[in-house]
Amino acid sequence: MHIFAPPSMSLRFVPVWRRNLLVWRKLAIPSILGNLADPLIYVLGLGYGLGSMLPEVGGVPYIAFLAAGMVCSSTMNSATFEAMYSAFSRMHVQRTWDAIMNAPLDLDDVVLAELAWAASKSVLSGVAILAVVWLLGLSGSVLSLWVIALLPLIGLTFGALALAVTAMARSYDFFMYYFTLLITPMNLLCGVFFPVEQLPATFQAIAAFLPLTHAVAIARPLLLGQIPPDAVLHALVLLAYAAAGFYAATVLFRRRLLK
Amino acid sequence: MAVLAAHDLRKFYGGEEVVAGVNFGIASGECFGLLGPNGAGKTTTLRLCLGLTDPDGGSVELMQRPVPGEARPARARVGVVPQMDNLDPDFTVSENLLVYGRYFGLSERAIRERIPELLGFAGLTARARSRIQTLSGGMKRRLTLARALINDPDLLFMDEPTTGLDPQARHLIWERLKQLLAGGKTIVLTTHFMEEAERLCARLAIMDRGRFITEGSPRELILRHIEPHVIEVHGDGVAHWADGDAVRLASRLEKSGDTVFCYAADPAPLLASLANQGELRYLHRPANLEDVFLKLTGRELRD
Repeated sequence: MHIFAPPSMSLRFVPVWRRNLLVWRKLAIPSILGNLADPLIYVLGLGYGLGSMLPEVGGVPYIAFLAAGMVCSSTMNSATFEAMYSAFSRMHVQRTWDAIMNAPLDLDDVVLAELAWAASKSVLSGVAILAVVWLLGLSGSVLSLWVIALLPLIGLTFGALALAVTAMARSYDFFMYYFTLLITPMNLLCGVFFPVEQLPATFQAIAAFLPLTHAVAIARPLLLGQIPPDAVLHALVLLAYAAAGFYAATVLFRRRLLK
Repeated sequence: MAVLAAHDLRKFYGGEEVVAGVNFGIASGECFGLLGPNGAGKTTTLRLCLGLTDPDGGSVELMQRPVPGEARPARARVGVVPQMDNLDPDFTVSENLLVYGRYFGLSERAIRERIPELLGFAGLTARARSRIQTLSGGMKRRLTLARALINDPDLLFMDEPTTGLDPQARHLIWERLKQLLAGGKTIVLTTHFMEEAERLCARLAIMDRGRFITEGSPRELILRHIEPHVIEVHGDGVAHWADGDAVRLASRLEKSGDTVFCYAADPAPLLASLANQGELRYLHRPANLEDVFLKLTGRELRD
């Protein structure tokens, strides 16, 4: 097989996805609580603490503004962690991928399964936060249900990008670069904590290229009960990142493991 | 009928030819051993046969299917016991089998019916619900073997199946492999243990520097390559004795550290000479596969 060939997409990935689901089910409760704790502290701490000192942000109370950002940001984080640390463990430390590839499954099936799984897991944490947002009464609009449809796209985008990083990693330390150079800047520049418009023009221009900006641009209006402007365009940007990341990951994994 | 055939198989890594024109055919029901020092190209050859990496030259047919082109369907009829344990540490013993069976597209029912049988075969019935971390090395190997049998394969690849096991665990694995061979399975195994190869393999090849340097039954290889008697001598003054009587009486000598290996068709004159050498201790034994292996691949370390 040529290493630059397009990824082969087939339902063969399902048993591998189910393997990861079975592992997750054993630790489901602590896993969900763990995924929930961090964003919740941000929403409550910053939302009420900082929010009480602020007038409305973007026309709504700060905590409602922040909630939309945190839904996107924690979905991104969840997909990223799963596709980096957990996938790397399965590939490199536990050699689970080697065992799978001795069965009638190919590397492409495994990579697709990892992507689908990272996206699935991130949807679970996204939905958990969304549920809290609803419970706290931070979003009462029916339109906010559409965010559930957005979460898989966010998961696929950041899962795919993280898998490409995993394909290049020699150890867990390598992931710090990605967090420092991309995840942290995205959390700060892409409109999670404050509107992108508050940034100097240069940073706004950079933010326009970052995928998280486009996720937030769809999620926030929906949670606040508005139809997001340019939703299709933003979704296409996310899709493009997902496709490019998945292709890069597939090629890099082939180069690494099939030589 | 050949279940596996390789023709002029080649693989380069960084300009070095690690598999350098290998040819073989393995018939159904056979146990074929691939012996060789570290870095000889054994594992790469297995990977090529399974379609896990593309060859730079030559061809492979696995279960009558061209590899790597149809490697996936071919692997559906094959089981693999890898060199490094890669059982799922998050699962119990039975869950490992269940999850692995799904990779073959087997139905949930078919797998669940098969699990008790495989656990019995592996001697792990009482450990069905145990976590992998609580198993001994021998149990893990047996479970890996059971896992490789989940699809009832026609052909089993085993990469150093008993490395790191204690003698009891090793003998149990051998016992099970013989049972599988008696049941008509074909086995291809790589090993460092000559005893393992002699016990199990009807036919074997010694591989070094990417090539098969000899091939045949263990007995044939011993007859072809080595004198039937070996006397290992050590003790004070062995060097002096080696330069005198030994050179004259043995057909071939090898020195390794403080020990001299004397190879001979007729051991009587050497033994007579040794009877007069009070300081020397010796062991007289029939030549074995390890002697052939060391003669052909040399005694220097391979790391």
